[in-house]
Amino acid sequence: MSKKSNVIVEHLRRAQMNDLLAAGKRLDGRGVTESRPMKIETDVIKKANGSALVTLGNTQVIAGVKVQVDKPFPELPDKGLLICSAEVLPLASAYAEPGPPDEDAIELARVVDRGIRESEMIDLKKLVLIPGEKVLAVFADVSVLNVGGNLFDATSYAVVSALLTSKIPKMEVKDGKIVDTGKLMETPIDAVPISVTMARIGDTILVDPTSEEEACMDARVTMTTDAEGRVCAVQKGGTGTFSVEQINHVVATAISKGEEIRAKIKSVTGSG
Amino acid sequence: MKRLSKLINEQGIRTDGRKVNELRPIKIEVGVLKNADGSAYIEFGKNKIIVAVYGPKEVHPKHMALPDRSVLRCRYHMSPFSVQERKNPAPSRREIEISKVTRDALEPALMLDDYPRTAIDVYIEVLQADGGSRCTGIAGASVALADAGINMRDMVAACAAGKVDDTIVLDINDEEDKEGQADMPIAYLPNLNQVSLMQVDGKLSKEEYRKCLDTAIEGCKKVYQLQKEALMKKYFGDEIDVGGSE
Repeated sequence: MSKKSNVIVEHLRRAQMNDLLAAGKRLDGRGVTESRPMKIETDVIKKANGSALVTLGNTQVIAGVKVQVDKPFPELPDKGLLICSAEVLPLASAYAEPGPPDEDAIELARVVDRGIRESEMIDLKKLVLIPGEKVLAVFADVSVLNVGGNLFDATSYAVVSALLTSKIPKMEVKDGKIVDTGKLMETPIDAVPISVTMARIGDTILVDPTSEEEACMDARVTMTTDAEGRVCAVQKGGTGTFSVEQINHVVATAISKGEEIRAKIKSVTGSG
Repeated sequence: MKRLSKLINEQGIRTDGRKVNELRPIKIEVGVLKNADGSAYIEFGKNKIIVAVYGPKEVHPKHMALPDRSVLRCRYHMSPFSVQERKNPAPSRREIEISKVTRDALEPALMLDDYPRTAIDVYIEVLQADGGSRCTGIAGASVALADAGINMRDMVAACAAGKVDDTIVLDINDEEDKEGQADMPIAYLPNLNQVSLMQVDGKLSKEEYRKCLDTAIEGCKKVYQLQKEALMKKYFGDEIDVGGSE
């Protein structure tokens, strides 16, 4: 239950990390607000409506979007569905195991889902076919291929990139029946939410932690912002705390870092 | 899209009659379960939650035991009858996530290295839910842990703030949670001035975010006074003045 990171960091390595952090440096040479190199490839899975393979340092995740006709939630008859899931595949690390998702995987999926949902990235009203009866359901499923730290952001960027490049089937209603026209249309995108995960090690807050840094961190916070600089979703994690000043400080980092990554994702996906 | 009805009237009064910075009526009772090592019953408005703490005790399964500290395990669970539509009693993904963030919120307050090779189990049962049940559960669990005599660095107070009708309000209820614009549950260690739980869903500008955090922390400080009073009442009777309460 109380599962600590599986990565073991030797005492000397930890001491080295702390010494470097005191000087504002990190083991891999990055600055505290610097992300690892990121590569995004889209349309890697032709059978999916949209897909993206994201490599963020050693972390690698793949996201696929599938769209199908479904029933709306009874309390939201005039909205389509958006469901995000995430799975850490057994091939992703020596410590990942097959079986139902554990609490870490559930948290990962729910935090990513919350950012996409609360930012209202997709205009779900445009996915309604017959109000209260038939809507389009957008499934964004992510598989973690290699665990290398900061799964939250890698997963989130993969979902966002896959959604931005997705094409959904154009359906028509004829005599109360749903007919697939065989054509595709653009997914109705309203916002581009970007999550930024920060780890606190001692008094230092660093962006995009590696596995090693996550093993040494006191606490982390994942903050998702939209292009207007609004906070859409936050999740604090880890068994430590943040001071009130730190919590107030990280929002500025999340917004500025978010802008940088949003520009990158937009240029890669060709969306604006 | 979320503005179906007006949740705050012209006088600044909310649907349940509260002002924007007012908590719901809170009731905390300590030591309500005979078998548990520590327990508490807590109400935040219509939230009714019972918490039991068992431990420090032997760890089962044994491989979970840690050589240098106790293992904290938390279970947040909603009774099937606690909400409008019957809830399937099997733990949902939401409950698994809340159990995890609850553990993360409580752990910084506990001196777990005082109890190596043991487990401390915290069971939070939501008997009736009314928006803000995770905060209510954390506030109750903290009192139950103190009642169990677990060594603690601080109490964990918890309370949510949110944005409703473009206004930042304290302690949002079920209706405000569903129809409001944002929700920010916070757990706060009042003497250490540290935040141990923070989640947000809904859109907030940077200024609103900071105001929301301040509002929630003010609420947590009030909750803390009530937690202290409840513990004092159990252990010292009614007469003792806790001090600092408003």
